Amino acid sequence: MSGYYHDVGSKRYRFESLKTLMACATPERSGDQLAGIAAPDSETRAAAQLALAEVPLSRFLEEMLVPYEDDEITRLIIDGHDPAAFARVAHLSVGEFRNYLLSHEVDSEVLAALSPGLTPEMVAAVAKIMRLQDLVLVGRKCRVVTAFRNTIGLEGRLSTRLQPNHPTDHPTGIAASILDGLLYGNGDAVIGINPATDNTGAVVTLLKMLDDIIHHYEIPAQSCVLTHVTTAIEAIKRGAPTDLVFQSIAGTQGANQGFGIDLALLQEGQDAALSLGRGTVGNNVMYFETGQGSALSAGAHHDVDQQTLEARAYAVARRFNPLLVNTVVGFIGPEYLFNGKQIMRAGLEDHLCGKLLGVPMGCDVCYTNHAEADQDDMDVLLTLLGAAGCNYVMGIPGSDDIMLNYQTTSFHDALYVREVLGLRAAPEFETWLETMAITDRHGRIIVDQSLPAPFAHALTRAH
Amino acid sequence: MTDRSPDPMKTDATSVVTTNPWRQLSEYTDARIGLGRAGGSLPTAPHLAFQLAHAQARDAVHLPLDTEQMMEALESRFESVVRLHSRAGDRGEYLRRPDLGRQLNERSLEQLESMNVEQCDVSIAVVDGLSARAIHEHAATLLDHLVPEFEARGWSVGPVSLVEQGRVAIGDPVGEALGARMGLVLIGERPGLSSPDSLGVYFTWGPTPGRCDSERNCISNVRPRGQSFDAAAKLILYLLDEASRREVSGVELKDDSEVDSELGDGSQGNFLLPKDQASTPE
Repeated sequence: MSGYYHDVGSKRYRFESLKTLMACATPERSGDQLAGIAAPDSETRAAAQLALAEVPLSRFLEEMLVPYEDDEITRLIIDGHDPAAFARVAHLSVGEFRNYLLSHEVDSEVLAALSPGLTPEMVAAVAKIMRLQDLVLVGRKCRVVTAFRNTIGLEGRLSTRLQPNHPTDHPTGIAASILDGLLYGNGDAVIGINPATDNTGAVVTLLKMLDDIIHHYEIPAQSCVLTHVTTAIEAIKRGAPTDLVFQSIAGTQGANQGFGIDLALLQEGQDAALSLGRGTVGNNVMYFETGQGSALSAGAHHDVDQQTLEARAYAVARRFNPLLVNTVVGFIGPEYLFNGKQIMRAGLEDHLCGKLLGVPMGCDVCYTNHAEADQDDMDVLLTLLGAAGCNYVMGIPGSDDIMLNYQTTSFHDALYVREVLGLRAAPEFETWLETMAITDRHGRIIVDQSLPAPFAHALTRAH
Repeated sequence: MTDRSPDPMKTDATSVVTTNPWRQLSEYTDARIGLGRAGGSLPTAPHLAFQLAHAQARDAVHLPLDTEQMMEALESRFESVVRLHSRAGDRGEYLRRPDLGRQLNERSLEQLESMNVEQCDVSIAVVDGLSARAIHEHAATLLDHLVPEFEARGWSVGPVSLVEQGRVAIGDPVGEALGARMGLVLIGERPGLSSPDSLGVYFTWGPTPGRCDSERNCISNVRPRGQSFDAAAKLILYLLDEASRREVSGVELKDDSEVDSELGDGSQGNFLLPKDQASTPE
């Protein structure tokens, strides 16, 4: 087979390769336009989607979008592919695969068994011909459950990362945001700080601080300092109490080089964290962040569209059995996702693609001040992700990250989406919240003027 | 622990909002803590305050660089200052085309060439980035902390560039044209809701087009209410000293300097832990 086409009336739309077809079939976004690979007009895009729907899934095992010889991520995907798991969908085209995923017969068990047989390119392709409601409905069927000191991703649960960032890592500032988050019922996914510097000594200090807090209040949750994997490894060597090792990852070898990592280094990071044996109910020790556009930003995109490359990052993630993976969907800026509409769609695509590949997807529902987006857009995406069964979102005081200078979901936002959709915190954390009299049996916040005793004591120390 | 329920009598107009006693902690952080709640949601006052802050941050992105004021400030400090422009024509193009913001336009390249600088130890590019305000308010102050230290080390500083519509990587062609061993970029970071004036500093050993992000070191959030000028300058000097010794930058140049920040040993001010229960530093 050489080239792909679709006829619209007397006009034949040709696409010379699978990667061209995939790029042209991608719903409009600024990053693909920046890369010069987007469909030039709407009809071309629709024709590409029709042509893509006809492509057999097995084709993705034959025609590589990023060359096997040049890229260790492609080799990871192809060498790790499970033909037995793939067998039940091997005869389907992309369009038929969409119908299959939507059918009542396909449930979370079927999808879990199928996952090792799917490649990122296959799931990216089907996402391109899905509407938002498809992304939500199929996403909701997938269930990827992980555990460390609590259990994340169970049905009917929505966890949050408590993100107590402070521009100078001031202990009082960090502690104040942690207190705020806990008393608003947040933090079950992780209490995770983006440190102001990559300084190893500072990272060690922050890790100890978080560990002491978790132990003092007996919080069934884990901590993380989001620093480069090499810094985390060094911190572990220095004896820092490290629950999770973090790293930003991308979908090509070149983009990962831009992050200063490769698969071997990630393995080293995972081994270092596992050697500490700190998990109590599970041993998922990695935390990854991703985002559409990172490969293009590093000039390592091989003319492949950003949504497909993002899905390839999940192939990297699943190799290391992470506790948490989230796309930081609106963080990277308007040159990749221009406005609220593009951010919303990307967030739901990323969630679905990650889940289909067996990755415990959360989402940083966010935007920057130079993007055409606002709180209303984030409300829509948050609500749809809640409906789609997203594992976790961020929680930050008043939506304002004073360290990273962007807006993400607030502690209050998590309460909103839990209330509207009947979602609850991770079971171990939920029990803790009730025991501490932070929430009632229905998960509603009951903290008023008189704080739960341990926190009331803490507050007296602040003055 | 007791299972306390909200008092059903507290439903008059003023008390449907539950305030938070830890609101007072906001004197220690700009984070929007202790906002209170209406049900579980944000009360009206903090909700609308957020909307105002967002409107201001949006406007800050589009504030143009005051090149006259900045040229004056730089010329009063340096012998040689040059005004450059990226290939991004205006703010709209700048936002959509980061690739153009990383390159100098033809005229700027010619300007640099005509200066006939064969080599220097440090090239300095002052770049508007996403916040001209950060440059207006903080670039000169930070340079005042740095340049005497450069001179004390006997380092030659190349002509200082003021660049419009530039991204971080614009320091690469600037540094290359000046034959710089080390490239420093002072750039306006994207405005946050509480920090429309945040300055970022990026350091690259051997600046030349094609360097990737892992080859740079970044010091972020330099502003009076963020990373102080003193602390930032110390860190930058540490990095440059180390780089001079080891001839690398970025991931390979770990920041292993002795912690000299507000973090301290992590216990000072951490009210969540009783004094005797905080870890003692090693």
